[in-house]
Amino acid sequence: MHDGRRQVLAAANRAALALGLRPGMALAHAQAMVPDLQVAEADPEGDADALVDLAAWCLRWSPLTAPAAPEGLWIDATGCTHLHGGEEAMLAAILGRLERAGINARAALADTPGAAWALARYSARPITIVPPDAHADAVALLPVSALRLEDDTVQALRRLGIDLVGQLVSMPRAPLARRFGSELLRRLDQALGREAEPLTPVVPPEAVQQHLAFPEPLLTATALEIAIERLVATVCPLLEQVGLGARRLDLVFERVDDAVQVVRAGTARPTRHAAHLARLLRERLEGVDPGFGVASMRLVVTLAEPLMPTQATAALDGKENGEVDLAPLVDRLASRFGESRVFSLLPVESDVPERAVRPAPPLAPLTAAIWRKDWRRPVRLLTPPQPVEALSALPDHPPAIFTWRRIRHRVRRADGPERIAGEWWRRDGEVAAVRDYWAVEDEDGHRFWLFRRGDGADPATGDLSWFLHGLF
Amino acid sequence: MAATGKAARLEELREQVARLEGHGAGHARAVIPFGVPALDAGVPGGGIAMGALHEVAGAGPDVEHASAAALLAAGILARTTGPVLWASEHFDLFAPALAAVGLEPARVLHVEAGRDVLLAMEEGLRHPGLAGVVGEISGRLHLTASRRLQLAAESSGAVAFALRRGRRLGEALLQEPTAAVTRWRVTCLPSPPPLPHAPETPGLGRARWLLELVRCRGGEPGSWIVEACDAQGHLALPADLAHRPAAAPQRRGREVQHLRRAAS
Repeated sequence: MHDGRRQVLAAANRAALALGLRPGMALAHAQAMVPDLQVAEADPEGDADALVDLAAWCLRWSPLTAPAAPEGLWIDATGCTHLHGGEEAMLAAILGRLERAGINARAALADTPGAAWALARYSARPITIVPPDAHADAVALLPVSALRLEDDTVQALRRLGIDLVGQLVSMPRAPLARRFGSELLRRLDQALGREAEPLTPVVPPEAVQQHLAFPEPLLTATALEIAIERLVATVCPLLEQVGLGARRLDLVFERVDDAVQVVRAGTARPTRHAAHLARLLRERLEGVDPGFGVASMRLVVTLAEPLMPTQATAALDGKENGEVDLAPLVDRLASRFGESRVFSLLPVESDVPERAVRPAPPLAPLTAAIWRKDWRRPVRLLTPPQPVEALSALPDHPPAIFTWRRIRHRVRRADGPERIAGEWWRRDGEVAAVRDYWAVEDEDGHRFWLFRRGDGADPATGDLSWFLHGLF
Repeated sequence: MAATGKAARLEELREQVARLEGHGAGHARAVIPFGVPALDAGVPGGGIAMGALHEVAGAGPDVEHASAAALLAAGILARTTGPVLWASEHFDLFAPALAAVGLEPARVLHVEAGRDVLLAMEEGLRHPGLAGVVGEISGRLHLTASRRLQLAAESSGAVAFALRRGRRLGEALLQEPTAAVTRWRVTCLPSPPPLPHAPETPGLGRARWLLELVRCRGGEPGSWIVEACDAQGHLALPADLAHRPAAAPQRRGREVQHLRRAAS
């Protein structure tokens, strides 16, 4: 990069930083320090384009992402974190994916974009998560340059002895505005959440979308519902033309005060059933705050999959064929409870009870049960198994008495032992491990599934402690 | 002549009441029979009515886990066709046990609904084509909420089971009125020796339950001692007790004992 007088470094990667090179250093100086330095001409426009692409790639995490030039990305995580296993897990996953793509990134999550911007750059840790309403405290101890200010302003503040954001917050506003202009206070308010900061969302390229602007801003839920129906009614024929069905829809509300809100709806199976899509979007409406009114709405199909027309089959009795379409039900449950909480169960070929079942996405092709029906299995499985105190004669007698939750159960009848050996091909620790399972019935007729670690003879197989694993 | 006229008139009135209660329309009449004549005779319609809400609870310490109640519901659903929605607050079912009473995992869609089990149940009941919906409810089941479920079940014809479970669910909460068509209580009983002719043989036989119909719309309460669901979900009357009525007073004492134990 040329700063007008000489060639300077615009940016340096981690290896170069380790060698003592810094952005802003003269190129000649840098080459003197590192003779075999690899130099590439800075390309700000190319970088900006790449950043937009990266923001579009981040749409997988949240429906609202935006580039934050020159080197950052905004991701509006409102209502998205639970889909990715929580805030911490989501940020870690994003950084992990970027790392694999060769991008060293830092992430912060806060109530306001300004605070998140500051913490991502100035926090000591690569991942910073600020609890709700704690962003003011979190930014108070950061340097004033964390407020996205011009270099001149930062220098001037430093000269006045104002180094930290917290000092700025406690100062009277009027003199600050007179001395530094409104920009300083605007940035401060944006970081503290006193002033809204709308993001300009990226729109994925080639997505099927429809925009609807209103002459009068919409305020009521009914009006928004009608608008949703219109948008869906125009988008569905567009999808049909290209032979696609929607898997994920983003509905962007642009408010009169330039704030942008997004709701996202997903489907389990590609669909272009207008009534179903409209209903999914309507159910998300309660999370939308229309503020002073919604000026326009945009419906974007962010994820679409091929959907071929199918032949409608009707049986002679006038009913549809026996297949029940569960997809609309799954969509509605998933949109309310989260995708991971609606599931089917797949049998797994394993004798270890914890591994005999695996949750699978609903509507996945399911296999028939492979479990042996003549083996006793409890209805409720306790995870993890709960330790109990039991009295039994070694090596293979059922427990005579066991105590669970301070209640003593005298065993009247028992069936066992059913020996389940560890799966050494899965984990090294299970090479010798053995569990002896007993189904027992106490004096009142309640049945329990107990196991003892170890076969009762060889100490290597287990420590002979007893556990309650399930209830019949 | 007068007697038959009176009987015909009564029959007519009964049908009228059934129509008013929403049981007149086609599919709502369908029932899933238990396949045990003594039981079927004691329940109006001769079995568990489709398109209706049924409440099932355990007794004593089993109120908390409702495992026998879950098995009873699974066994009944095993004899229907079509998908089943199972809504739980926290998922702790073990699918092989459901498969062992005939409810194949491929038929069951699970949802872990936290505190909104009722909502998930209603979504399922409003969806056409489901065979049944099971919800595990730990809190109170209000009259209004259960009425909504009952209406939703009537609209789709699916059978709905509200499994009442929870550590804090006392007898008083379980006795609150709901709109459920039937209310069942399943109590585990000590099972007999696996081989009746050789009582000393170790091992476990088929579990034995006291099945009580505590409340029933248009029918009388009753109680039966039954053998737990088999691989097709069928209950059976125990051979040694088939011709004896359940001894109710004896059981009461045992239940008090349970409660005292649970409290200590």
